[in-house]
Amino acid sequence: MEGLIGRKIGMTQIYDDQGHRVAVTVIEAGPCPVVQVKTPETDGYRAAQLGFEEQKASRLSKAQAKRFELAGVTPCRLTREFDLEDGEEVKAGDTVTVNIFDGVKYVDVSGVTKGRGFAGVIRRYRIGGGAHTHGGHSKHRIGSIGARDLPGWVEKGKRMPGHMGAVNRKGRNLAVAQVRGEENLLLVRGSVPGPKNGVVIIRKALKK
Amino acid sequence: MIAKAIDKINAEQVVKANDGKKALEFKVGDSVKVFVKIKEGEKERVQAFAGTVIAQDGGRGNNATFTVRRISFGVGVEKVFPVNSPYIDRVEVERSARVRRAKLYYLRNLTGKKARLREA
Repeated sequence: MEGLIGRKIGMTQIYDDQGHRVAVTVIEAGPCPVVQVKTPETDGYRAAQLGFEEQKASRLSKAQAKRFELAGVTPCRLTREFDLEDGEEVKAGDTVTVNIFDGVKYVDVSGVTKGRGFAGVIRRYRIGGGAHTHGGHSKHRIGSIGARDLPGWVEKGKRMPGHMGAVNRKGRNLAVAQVRGEENLLLVRGSVPGPKNGVVIIRKALKK
Repeated sequence: MIAKAIDKINAEQVVKANDGKKALEFKVGDSVKVFVKIKEGEKERVQAFAGTVIAQDGGRGNNATFTVRRISFGVGVEKVFPVNSPYIDRVEVERSARVRRAKLYYLRNLTGKKARLREA
């Protein structure tokens, strides 16, 4: 199994094998039931659809309810697809736990970043801003947005104030610090996108 | 679940740190000797850092640290130690002083006789 769905719990620090203090993010990962298996015959590719967290039956449409019923799984709030490894066989109704990360060194964790609302250029793009002394009157402003006659317009992609955050981001190649099978917890070194309690998708690292 | 999981991990770290060791006992203002394990290649030895505890931060939990200040060759040196670090072998209290504040940052601005603390 390629990965799991989880929930970010928060950050703390632990001591690793060498006794070094490392900052870790605690993620409650799974357990995720397999809701549907995609096969080359019916779907053209191999994958497993995993569910995460229970959903009230009253919140489901009849079509959704039937899907979970056929799989023999309690209805889930969230479903996501994950690739299967070569030769790996799963069937609907199986449960996938954090233990798939046993022995895995690095993971990619994606989530929706914290929303920052309408942010200025200093916060949004780390632009330096104007002079604070010498009578500076534009301490927090963009400055010039282009020349006058040439090219005569503001260039596309010019960094300006606007909405910031609340977008999908992925933290790549984060080292796995601990896998706690019994508690369904995964400890990952460093930070992870999103607020506490935010949903995150954990996959085995693509590029390591 | 949320806070509990983190509390549990933190508590575990503290237990691990205190495993077979006495909890560190000292106060702000104490003159202490911190014995730190140092790894040099394969060998491990213990080195002492002697000075005055000028601050304790982070309560009693996993994130707690303390700051030790000493004057070394006329230059003030401060080291921040994590209380639960496995590198700390032991801490010996050599002298206690009567202090009236929790953080003795004012010592940074004093030198010589002025930088002394009243003995308890």
